[in-house]
Amino acid sequence: MRMKFKKIVLVSFLTVYGAVFFVDAQSKETGKEKFTQEFELEINGEYRYFYDTAQFEGQASQFPAIALTPKYTIEWNKGRESINFTGFIRFDRDKNRTHADVRELYYQRAKNNWELNIGLKKVYWGVTESNHLVDIINQTDVTESFDGEEKLGQPMVQFTWSTTNYGSLDFFYLPYHRKRTFNGEKARLRFSTVIDKDAITYESAAKEWRQDLAVRWSHYIGAFDIGVSHFYGNGREPLISFDQLGNMNAFYPVINQTGVDLQATHNAFLWKLEAMYRSSKLQDFTAVVAGVEYTFSNIDGNGLDIGVLGEYLFDDRDELALSGLQSDVFFGSRIAFNDVNDTAILIGGIVDLEKSSRIFSVEASRRIGDSWKAVIEGRIFNGINSQDVFLINFREDSFLKFSISKFF
Amino acid sequence: MKKIVLSFMAIMTLGFIVAQTPEEKGLEIAKAAEKADTGFKSSTVNIKMTLKNKNGQTSERLLTTKTFELTADGDKSLIVFNSPRDVKGTATLTFTHKKGSDDQWLFLPSIKRVKRISSNNKSGPFVGSEFAYEDLSSQEVEKYAYKFVAEKGNLLLVEQDPVDPKSGYTRRLVTYNKDKGYRIEKVEFYDRKNSLLKTLIYSDYNVYKGKFWRAGTFNMVNHQTNKETKLEFNDYNFEINLTEEDFSQVALKRAGK
Repeated sequence: MRMKFKKIVLVSFLTVYGAVFFVDAQSKETGKEKFTQEFELEINGEYRYFYDTAQFEGQASQFPAIALTPKYTIEWNKGRESINFTGFIRFDRDKNRTHADVRELYYQRAKNNWELNIGLKKVYWGVTESNHLVDIINQTDVTESFDGEEKLGQPMVQFTWSTTNYGSLDFFYLPYHRKRTFNGEKARLRFSTVIDKDAITYESAAKEWRQDLAVRWSHYIGAFDIGVSHFYGNGREPLISFDQLGNMNAFYPVINQTGVDLQATHNAFLWKLEAMYRSSKLQDFTAVVAGVEYTFSNIDGNGLDIGVLGEYLFDDRDELALSGLQSDVFFGSRIAFNDVNDTAILIGGIVDLEKSSRIFSVEASRRIGDSWKAVIEGRIFNGINSQDVFLINFREDSFLKFSISKFF
Repeated sequence: MKKIVLSFMAIMTLGFIVAQTPEEKGLEIAKAAEKADTGFKSSTVNIKMTLKNKNGQTSERLLTTKTFELTADGDKSLIVFNSPRDVKGTATLTFTHKKGSDDQWLFLPSIKRVKRISSNNKSGPFVGSEFAYEDLSSQEVEKYAYKFVAEKGNLLLVEQDPVDPKSGYTRRLVTYNKDKGYRIEKVEFYDRKNSLLKTLIYSDYNVYKGKFWRAGTFNMVNHQTNKETKLEFNDYNFEINLTEEDFSQVALKRAGK
């Protein structure tokens, strides 16, 4: 862990150093500056219980864990310049899940219709709920999230140019690739072989220092929100294959990925589409998620909202899709009470249309007092088909999670 | 015959000028109020929201609002939550339209996602408060049908019927103060069954730039649940000179950070 952390710190230091230097020169120019600073901290305690007997040797069933998320922001120039930091440290029974990361550490400058960001940052693209196909800038923190929504900080220079009539253009220069960390021996939600992230190599001779590029155009025209993006560089998803003896062969390919995301918002309907085409030397494929979300709002005159969601997922890699989502249907419901405590419940299920595999999830959350938040989560793997070469490893990994956070 | 028609028309026209219908007078007042508030261009304000339940227990929220005035269409606004801490950084960007539904985006700071959301939910409560979304959205003249009710000294009572069938109200009874730039003193809200639901009192008024009246306190009381929500407005800034670029999705992400 220490080694990984050192590397991240070094990269972030290098990227922010230049930015701070730039800032310094700026402040001297303008003389007096008004700075506003803010520090926040979230302390989280959680307990995960996997109630089925472990499939592989060495896997535990109970995982108490603690996480700290410190956040610091300093702003000046009427908020048009800032340095933003978000850190993350997790302590868990599993040694791979025990990790630290600089989620964000970047300098930002905004002026009129452009914005510049330099440093480690998180960027989100996309519109669908069950899978995030076009979102490619940041590496996924697999140990933190099964749904892929937790991300590692990505070193970048991001330049955004926005217009009122033609949407906005984002240019990304990504000088360093972050490898995915997979769960360790004690952990659940892993493959039969523990994947050592250092054993995963690169197609590119420049390895993690390959200089990657991405561009995205996004706009909104009436009821439509549209995004078109292209990424060229080290893939975020490794290509993994196992030989006859069960030995793993894995590497990060150089990929070109073009993505489209589209949402049409009409009354209480949100129609959504994400599609991407990824090509590399070994593999070309298309993946699509399309669906709809409809919200029945204020049903009881007391603020109860019930949203219903349905999405179709397609991936023409078939069983080689790391996500295990080749031709599946997602259905879900979002229940928000809109009460003082923001009580909300999310229910979802993914059903394989060709095989028996099904995954269900429930997540309930509410605030307690002014500075606490409690979450209860359950994920159930049901009828996982033996042809689902990745999902089969998680067959016995249904779990319950209790989590509580205190915010300072 | 021609003469009769002409004189009849003349009487009608005269009657029109002398005895304005209640609908016309109501609309005239709403337009006068809009005109009195035209030209503020942009503003920012910090809001403390205090929610009180029927047992008197309170909880607080802090938010910052930026507003950009448009005359051809409805105003643009950006709201950022500063507390409670678990939702800190959550922000909304709204483009109100004089006709048709508003455009609205939500920024979720934990995953840095901007989501276009439906503005269909007018009657639902804003963050668990007694204010419905429609109570806080930009008040455009085109959104209601009007009927003048009464004049009491400098106070003018106007009934407003929402045009949008998705509104939670059959009508609102609005009290304007014609001597103070047609500022609103009180609004009474009648629910879909036409019984009194809520009363909103505006107080602690200040005038900015010598023209624009802004209440320092909004107090909303729900008569059916006995719950209350108080909004306190602090640090109004009309000199900030915001531009349309401060109300883009890029600006939304920056504000919520």
